Amino acid sequence: MRETRSHERADRRNERAASQAKGLDSKLNRARQFFETIPLCREMQMRIDDINEGFAVVSLPYDERLIGDPESGVLHGGAVSTLLDTCAGAAVVSHPLVPDVAATLDLRIEYMRSAAPGERIRATAECYNVTRTIAFVRATANDESGARPVAEATGIFALVERKTNNA
Amino acid sequence: MNETVEAAALESEIHRDANLDVLISGIPYVRFLGMRFERKGDELTSVLPFRGILLGNPDPPALHGGAIAAFLEVTALVELSWRRICDGGDEAMVEENLRKNPKTIALTADYLRPGYPRAAYARAHIVRSGRRYATVRVEAWQEKRSRNFAQATGHFLMPA
Repeated sequence: MRETRSHERADRRNERAASQAKGLDSKLNRARQFFETIPLCREMQMRIDDINEGFAVVSLPYDERLIGDPESGVLHGGAVSTLLDTCAGAAVVSHPLVPDVAATLDLRIEYMRSAAPGERIRATAECYNVTRTIAFVRATANDESGARPVAEATGIFALVERKTNNA
Repeated sequence: MNETVEAAALESEIHRDANLDVLISGIPYVRFLGMRFERKGDELTSVLPFRGILLGNPDPPALHGGAIAAFLEVTALVELSWRRICDGGDEAMVEENLRKNPKTIALTADYLRPGYPRAAYARAHIVRSGRRYATVRVEAWQEKRSRNFAQATGHFLMPA
């Protein structure tokens, strides 16, 4: 009798864990799907390379339309900012404690060096602290050649509860 | 007499517009964003007309935070270059300044309100300009000048 109960408890526990994992999977899928609908990211052909709880890797292919210095062919800092903001946002919305929508409140970007012309730029972001209303995130961008980062960013995002009427 | 004065005034305007045009048309990324610059004397206002590709959220439509940061940064950079041209003195120095651009060291953007699917405007103010470094503040607004929707402070490395 007692044994059956403990089995039931274990089953319930497993079910709960499975449904939580499923919830998170669908959350990550929603984050991926939402990302695909962002017009600016599509226009710049950004790609989600990896996304996990509070963590994201997003990359940007080299594009002549984004050049800031025609003499060297180096991309404009603004394009790198957009990549970092996007990657930071993806890390935030993939965090288990965050609702689906986050808006940038504060973004600080430090440019360390020029990205090598012709190379894909890859950003990695980690959402390292979340409160009920705010998420804190750090992001780094690098090109294919460098050990030293191209740029680093710290961001603060406001968390917005999505209205449920269209869910 | 009047005619020569008028001709000189017109020529000065054309000359300034030409310099501004050389400065801006050389940057492909400015064209990508679709930015324009309006000049009143030596004062510049940058304009970001709304286009669908600038959205970071399709529903409800809101400008991408990255596009706003980029708009603020371009505004600051162009202001710095433009100021060097205006204060540049002789033609050779202007030529030189048109080719060399300042570089962003760091930029902090504050998002004060959502960016609506409307045109955005921005004006940069050079807080300090030294031989090596410059600090610039930028304010951006949309339909109401008194309600900034974003602002930024940036530190820049000036060309040698």
